[in-house]
Amino acid sequence: MNRHLLSMHDLSAEDVTRVLDTAESFREVGTRVIKKVPALRGRTVVNLFYENSTRTRISFELAAKRLSADVINFTTSGSSVSKGESLKDTALTLQAMGADAVVIRHGSSGAPHQLTTWVRGHVLNAGDGTHEHPTQALLDLYTMREKLGRLDGLRVAIVGDVLHSRVARSLSFGLVTMGAEVTLVGPPTLIPLEAPTWGVQVDYDIEAVLPKLDVCYMLRVQTERQRLEYFPSVREYSRLFGLTSRRVAQLPEHALVMHPGPMNRGVEIDSDVADLPRSTIEDQVTNGIATRMALLYLLLGASDGGAP
Amino acid sequence: MSGKVMDAADIRRALTRIAHEILERDRGSEGVAIVGIANRGDDLARRLARQLHEIEGVEVPVGVLDITFYRDDIGLTSEAPLVHETRIPFDVTGETVVLVDDVLFTGRTIRAAMDALMDLGRPRRIQLAVLVDRGHRELPIRADYVGKNVPTSRADQVRVSIEEVDGEDAVVVEGAR
Repeated sequence: MNRHLLSMHDLSAEDVTRVLDTAESFREVGTRVIKKVPALRGRTVVNLFYENSTRTRISFELAAKRLSADVINFTTSGSSVSKGESLKDTALTLQAMGADAVVIRHGSSGAPHQLTTWVRGHVLNAGDGTHEHPTQALLDLYTMREKLGRLDGLRVAIVGDVLHSRVARSLSFGLVTMGAEVTLVGPPTLIPLEAPTWGVQVDYDIEAVLPKLDVCYMLRVQTERQRLEYFPSVREYSRLFGLTSRRVAQLPEHALVMHPGPMNRGVEIDSDVADLPRSTIEDQVTNGIATRMALLYLLLGASDGGAP
Repeated sequence: MSGKVMDAADIRRALTRIAHEILERDRGSEGVAIVGIANRGDDLARRLARQLHEIEGVEVPVGVLDITFYRDDIGLTSEAPLVHETRIPFDVTGETVVLVDDVLFTGRTIRAAMDALMDLGRPRRIQLAVLVDRGHRELPIRADYVGKNVPTSRADQVRVSIEEVDGEDAVVVEGAR
């Protein structure tokens, strides 16, 4: 495996399988009374979050703690960042403190990549701008494999604002690597022009794709990133692309409904649909901890021979 | 010493003897559980449980323990050590747990296994059964039940083959070249 996890393109099919198999063992650890193992005792993991994301930060924090690593949370509010410190200076500070790994969430695409040139530790991308969110993709792959038994040949639709979604990009790359058939569904304004180069299909009609799916993956309508020029109204979006009870009935019996959270109930997904047994939203959260433990273990558990 | 030091019949006899020793030492199989250390220790553990069943007619709980997360060399190898499955479908608290491994060498694996086991509960006793004790301990650990003591040089390789994994039962010592 690479020293860093910046993009799903860093991982071969073999690497992904290794991550998922290792996560399987950590799932078992999560069922014990003592959910902690000493594997990364004495290591320091820094969570460097330039965007608010309580869910992802807590998941990484718990993952590192269950591996017995020491965790430092560095959030932008109330820190030197709010006093105007640059990413480089923050990075050099963390470097000087001896961070073994930095988990970074940043509003600018490419920030984690930039960070690798300044710190000696491992860098894990926890979401950068509209670029990638590889740990989310891996926990989603884990959940699909756990529920459906395979990834190869799975038919998956990713529905919604693909253009601004780092989750959609990472998940598409990961699924294609693992041999799944991916269809992106959404209004034409929210499907990236370069999508065909990812090795995926594109469709603008959700009802046309539902009957042949194994997984229907709903993206969040990102109202905080959304400017209205992409679609006329939230209500129209919801009518054309929302996963309603009526639409869910068109899915095959075994098909899963997935969502990376946090959900907008009633916008991209009906409240009733989110609570169906086939929707895996809570499993995704549980699997997120195990998957992130696996990544920290695999990256930090190897010797640093040759580190710059 | 090099070459085959145990064949299938030797291994079978050793396991039968260990099963009898466990019953003698623990006065029956009441409260006894067998936990094998992955890899190969788990297959030996299942065989030992079968032997106990044949002798006493009772089912002894069997589990498999992966000690990877408790190893003391994480971060020292070029790749993170490969993780196997842990499956202990019973509560170890209050049990006499017999740990089973194929080869006892430095004792570091057993140290890790005891720590792992302690995090799962509070066994009444932990005992250690190994197929081969090859010496060269680096920690103050000894086995309660030994299939065969095999004097080796530190650089020798001791290879245990188990029918379930490798297609045959054998213990082979390969001298360092």
